Amino acid sequence: MPKNNDYTIGSQAANNNRPSHGPGGMRQSTGEKANDFGKAIRQLAAYCKRYLPAIIVALVLAITGTIFNLIGPDKLSDMTDLITEGLTGNIDLDAVISIAAFLAILYGLGLLFNYIQGFIMATVSQKITRRLRSDISTKINLLPLKYFDSNSYGDILSRVTNDVDTIGMTLNQSLGTLISSVTMFIGALFMMFYTNWIMALAGVGATIIGFILMTFIISRSQKYFLQQQNELGAINGHIEEIYAGHDVVKAYNGENAASKTFEVINNRLYTCAWKSQFMSGLMMPIMNFIGNLGYVVVCVIGAAMAINGTISFGVIVAFMIYIRLFTQPLSQLAQAATTLQSTAAASERVFEFLSEEELADESDKQEHLDNAKGYVEFDHIRFGYNPDKPIIKDFSAVAQPGQKIAIVGPTGAGKTTIVNLLMRFYELDSGEIRIDGVPTSKLTRENVHDLFCMVLQDTWLFEGTIKENVIYCKEGITDEQVEEACKAVGIHHFIQTLPDGYNTILNDHANLSAGQKQLLTIARAMIENAPMLILDEATSSVDTRTEIQIQQAMDKLTQGRTSFIIAHRLSTIKNADLILVMKDGDIIESGTHENLLSQGGFYADLYNSQFEQVS
Amino acid sequence: MLRILKYLRKQEWLMICCSLLFIVGQVWLELKIPDYMSEITTLVQTEGSALSDIIAEGVSMLLCALGSLISAFVVGFFAAKIAAGLAQRLRSNVFNKVLSFSMEEIGGFSTASLITRSTNDITQVQMVIAIGMQALLRAPIMAVWAVCKIAGKGWEWTAATGCAVVILMLMLTVIILFAMPKFRIIQRLTDNLNRVTRENLTGIRVVRAYNAEEYQEKKFAKANDELTNTHLFANRIMAIMQPGMTFIMSGLTLAIYWIGAILINNVSALADKMTLFSNMVVFSSYAVQVIMSFMMLTIIFLIMPRASVSAKRILEVLDTPAKIIDGDKTDSELYERGEIEFRHVSFKYPDAAEYVLQDINFTAHHGETIAFIGSTGSGKSTLINLVPRFYDATEGEVLIDGINVKEYTQKALRNKIGYVPQKSVMFSGTIASNVAYGDNGRAETDADDIIKAVEIAQATEFVNKKEEKYDAPVAQGGSNLSGGQKQRLSIARAICRQPEIYIFDDSFSALDYKTDRILRSELKKETAGVTTLIVAQRIGTIKDADQILVIDKGRVVGHGKHHELLKTCDVYREIAESQLSKEELEYA
Repeated sequence: MPKNNDYTIGSQAANNNRPSHGPGGMRQSTGEKANDFGKAIRQLAAYCKRYLPAIIVALVLAITGTIFNLIGPDKLSDMTDLITEGLTGNIDLDAVISIAAFLAILYGLGLLFNYIQGFIMATVSQKITRRLRSDISTKINLLPLKYFDSNSYGDILSRVTNDVDTIGMTLNQSLGTLISSVTMFIGALFMMFYTNWIMALAGVGATIIGFILMTFIISRSQKYFLQQQNELGAINGHIEEIYAGHDVVKAYNGENAASKTFEVINNRLYTCAWKSQFMSGLMMPIMNFIGNLGYVVVCVIGAAMAINGTISFGVIVAFMIYIRLFTQPLSQLAQAATTLQSTAAASERVFEFLSEEELADESDKQEHLDNAKGYVEFDHIRFGYNPDKPIIKDFSAVAQPGQKIAIVGPTGAGKTTIVNLLMRFYELDSGEIRIDGVPTSKLTRENVHDLFCMVLQDTWLFEGTIKENVIYCKEGITDEQVEEACKAVGIHHFIQTLPDGYNTILNDHANLSAGQKQLLTIARAMIENAPMLILDEATSSVDTRTEIQIQQAMDKLTQGRTSFIIAHRLSTIKNADLILVMKDGDIIESGTHENLLSQGGFYADLYNSQFEQVS
Repeated sequence: MLRILKYLRKQEWLMICCSLLFIVGQVWLELKIPDYMSEITTLVQTEGSALSDIIAEGVSMLLCALGSLISAFVVGFFAAKIAAGLAQRLRSNVFNKVLSFSMEEIGGFSTASLITRSTNDITQVQMVIAIGMQALLRAPIMAVWAVCKIAGKGWEWTAATGCAVVILMLMLTVIILFAMPKFRIIQRLTDNLNRVTRENLTGIRVVRAYNAEEYQEKKFAKANDELTNTHLFANRIMAIMQPGMTFIMSGLTLAIYWIGAILINNVSALADKMTLFSNMVVFSSYAVQVIMSFMMLTIIFLIMPRASVSAKRILEVLDTPAKIIDGDKTDSELYERGEIEFRHVSFKYPDAAEYVLQDINFTAHHGETIAFIGSTGSGKSTLINLVPRFYDATEGEVLIDGINVKEYTQKALRNKIGYVPQKSVMFSGTIASNVAYGDNGRAETDADDIIKAVEIAQATEFVNKKEEKYDAPVAQGGSNLSGGQKQRLSIARAICRQPEIYIFDDSFSALDYKTDRILRSELKKETAGVTTLIVAQRIGTIKDADQILVIDKGRVVGHGKHHELLKTCDVYREIAESQLSKEELEYA
């Protein structure tokens, strides 16, 4: 789930060409605020540097196009004057036509310039968003795993899509609009005062009165939008929760309570929904009224002056258009301000992510292990995800080449942490892990990863064919090798029963059992063919009969490889060469299965508890 | 889309009729404004008109504008009320409908889809109704009326306006034809990009372990490029919209004046010239109204398809009948409580060809523990789901306390049962509210019950570690608790209910062996006399059950006690051998 609620009610029809995020109107008008608006915008501007020339060209075009549209009314006014003069006699048709032709060309150029501007901005904004997205994606793979412990996937996902989209939209639409609006606003103002200052004052005065009214309504409606947003969040949360726990709700007769809570939120939502809907519906009519008000004022004053002979009638015609051009950008500017706010918030979130501390650069590491024999030493290692709370306090152990090492212990004892450290997913606080005598900290992470095959409890498969999933990123693998690996884990036959065989696409609809998925990840580990092996609770999500099959597959995989096996079903590790029993971050017992049982300690206790009678 | 309107109330229809009146009034007023303008124009042009006349006309015009504003307020008010009201009603109907569904209907829709239907889709409908009320009703009235008004004033101008409308429509059609389908594709590509990112995030350890960063990035780059290119195409087309609109508007005004100049030049009488001139000024403003109306209509046509898809999806939920029909019995006469009997029970999903369960027979007596074991997909969970009527048996009967479960009211039936699902469900609230969840038809749960239940479920230790103890907050979905903690609270919830029957659907899997064992022995001690149905993977969990049913491919392939089954049932022996050592097997 993205952090920002996607279920929003939009107030603007214009947002509907973006089906992906619902009508995102509200998200913009309620506007999350950036902590540091200036910094966020500066960062974004710096990021767009490469495209700055194109952006400037676009902006110049926007200004020129707008100016063309501004000259229009002035010329139209001249034309009207010509016609008015001709009312009593003959109209100077040639002059009219030459003005009209000039205007036609101007409007045509305006169209062309504005379109080119739009085209450039669309292109630039897409290029920028593509780069942002790909930078974020690259960043994901450069961050230490630690980062993901404290940040949810949904949050990162929402940065890749929602936030980047917000930025893209602003660049695409708002920036151009903003510049044209400002130009239009200033230009219209200038033209009005240039044409006739008395009428200009009157028109502007009328508009300002109207605008104050509108600002008042906007500020009132903000409250309801925000409230609506919260209530929508609340009701969606409730719906998700109840639907997801549907069986429990029914089994415990919780329907009435759920329904009651729902109605309460629903009623609250109704109240603020209609209010905010009403408020947002008011904007257009009020804008209209402001236009009309300005219009009447201009007309009456204009008429009065025309009667006095101070101005020509053409001036009134021009003013009627100027007033429209003047009021239009006002509302656009107000909107752009809120859009900019949410863009700043979005870019703040994106750049915050992009500037997270990365994994240390390792290009200067000299040591390299190509084919490790598999002699692994843990030398007094100490580690905590949070330095104040050590998980592993003082762990030492030695694995001989080809040995099968099992790590057991209760939940929270630090078993998986050992694996994380071995793979250098996290850096040690102190102590050393050595492979064939070389400390892993002297090797590059890639090198360490190459030394291990790994099978995890959560079977991770991606959308793609079975073959792609088994080969994964390994290069130069033939179909025969894939089949061989699948035969070895005993899933070849099943794959062949599928209509598309190895080309069957794995997705949500694929009918693979948890066990079959696990077998595929084991096949993947076989293809990887690294000198050592890590199995982290690889069988705990499958039933015991499938487990036998997986067990056999894993036994094949462990042959001749130093392997580390974490298991909570103790039956799976009885034949290990060395069992390390962990508790609270330390090894409290070690030895073979028989050894440990005869010691009668923690392990024996753990083991026997599987079989004791309930009394 | 139209069918969803039947959920409007009479009162709301009345509001719509009122709105219609106000809209007509509003259009009339708005179209009146140019009339006054024309009057003003004539006055200005006529020698010797008094300023007071002009002001009078101006005031009238302003009054019209004010009237139109007030009408718009009223219409907006009705529209907001109706749209929000309809949304509220639909939301509530859908929610309650979903609550009445059994697992079968939920499975048919999928939970995720039901969530979207109850939230996003309804929001969609609300928006289209609100905008539709204001624009959809207004635009055609405005268009027709304005056309009528200008029709008589000169066919040349009308033709020019017609041309402009055609150009506008052409432009919008091109946009709709070329850009709109792309936006649909963009939706899919965005999902795709999301998926690739999500894959990278969820598999981050695998990605790192296989040094597959570059592989993932290539995949992302492909998805990213696809998305960008489609966006580019669509946005470049969309970019024509704004300048195009400006061009058509200004162009039309220009055309009207141009034509006007020629027309005026062609007549000779001064009065005719005056009429033509004022007509020209008025015409240009009407023409703008016509163009705007057509644009409004097009926008509506853009939103409509999406909203009607949403409406269809909502109606699908509302039109689905609940499969489980309530009985009327609230209790049984039988003295011995907690007796469960399956008589020749078979089950298959409605459209499926194969049976999930076939001919299941067993009787669980008061206080007995019945265990079910078998591989994944063997039908164990389905079997126990028949007891609380999450599904109904296709053939045969399920009886509790001697009465078919279908004859009980669902409420009474479920009051007898404490059900613990495979996947622990937590609700946002506190630990106490989660344990005391639901309604068991008896008095309110008191604090002691909760403490006791938590203690039996072996959760006291971690609850006491929390600062607020039993009032410690639980986040939505229990995301602030570990799997084992959730499972223990979920068991405590069942205990707190004090039922006649416990159903544990593989509910001990997240507990380590030791906790599992202690919990079960406590449970047995504290709740003697309660019949227990238990599905498990571990032999250790079920070894001492009174009856064990071994399920394989929907059939019972073994029925008896642990040591009997070891001798008689191959499937059971296989499972046992995978978990226990030779000695232990012999010992048994």
